[in-house]
Amino acid sequence: MTYSDTTIWWIIVALGVGTFLIRFSFLGIIGSRQMPEWVLRHLRYTSVAILPGLVAPLVVFPAATGGELDPARLLAAAVTVGVGYWSKAVVRAMLCGAATLAATQYLLS
Amino acid sequence: MLLTTSKTALWRGVRGSLPFTVVLIPFAMLFGVAATEAGLPLVQIMSFTSIVIAGAAQFTALQFMIENAPAVVVVASALAVNLRMAMYSAALTPMLGDQPLWKRALASYLIFDHTYTLMSLDAEENPHQTTAQRTAFFFGCSIIIAPLWVACTWVGAALGGQIPPEFSLDFALPIAFLAMVAPALRTVAHIAAAGTSVVLALALGFIPLNLGLMVAAVISMMVGAEVERRMA
Repeated sequence: MTYSDTTIWWIIVALGVGTFLIRFSFLGIIGSRQMPEWVLRHLRYTSVAILPGLVAPLVVFPAATGGELDPARLLAAAVTVGVGYWSKAVVRAMLCGAATLAATQYLLS
Repeated sequence: MLLTTSKTALWRGVRGSLPFTVVLIPFAMLFGVAATEAGLPLVQIMSFTSIVIAGAAQFTALQFMIENAPAVVVVASALAVNLRMAMYSAALTPMLGDQPLWKRALASYLIFDHTYTLMSLDAEENPHQTTAQRTAFFFGCSIIIAPLWVACTWVGAALGGQIPPEFSLDFALPIAFLAMVAPALRTVAHIAAAGTSVVLALALGFIPLNLGLMVAAVISMMVGAEVERRMA
């Protein structure tokens, strides 16, 4: 990392202010006014449109293995999605995924 | 009477948030560890984690900072990751919109994936609540989680590189996000959006500066909205 101290502070402040404005956007400014249906329809898919794409490269090319495909991480990801999809229980899915990763790494080592 | 029921709602929020500490503790510690290893001083790590207070965006920003991307790109990429919070903000507006501005501002600061998820589930289960009760529930959800996030970042930063790599903490983030996304795949439209997101993010990974992910996200949202429109 080769940023100056000032640049890092600017990044932190800009990110903090920007994030707050995103969170505050509708709750603070739109208030009780109605939003157009097509906007809401797109907004409904924000989290499923971003999070899978954010995670996919981390699953397929994990930095911890130098970007090599890792069976333990692939399996752990699959178990997490499977358990989460069918049980709808976030924490259970996480624990099953973590247990799969630990068990597979133990067995393969 | 109202005070009592608000108190009940607050405690229901606190109890509901407790399971999520399992996700938050390693995730926050990991940020502290990663930021320390990237060379950030403690005062900047703690400012970062308490001002931004959004895990995925913090990791995204940190990743780009490690790669020495231009500052504008660091901020834009991390904000793109946080865009989903505009949806949460929109969804929370009918529930908390009647509150005075300062309470809405405080609630906005506390919009996380967990607090939003808990709030939307509670609103379905208890549809006849006053705004005061909903607000109490929402603050109950965050009263443990938010300070815990900051505290565990500090613990991670203090431990530094002392967490052995065998624990594979690098994979806490993918697992936490996959666990949160999977239950949200309720309809064909959600699955189509998520599938598009994965394929495009991998296919467009060659585009520098995280722009591939932004393109992937926008197209995926359009796919989700279009599938919903056709199925309706």
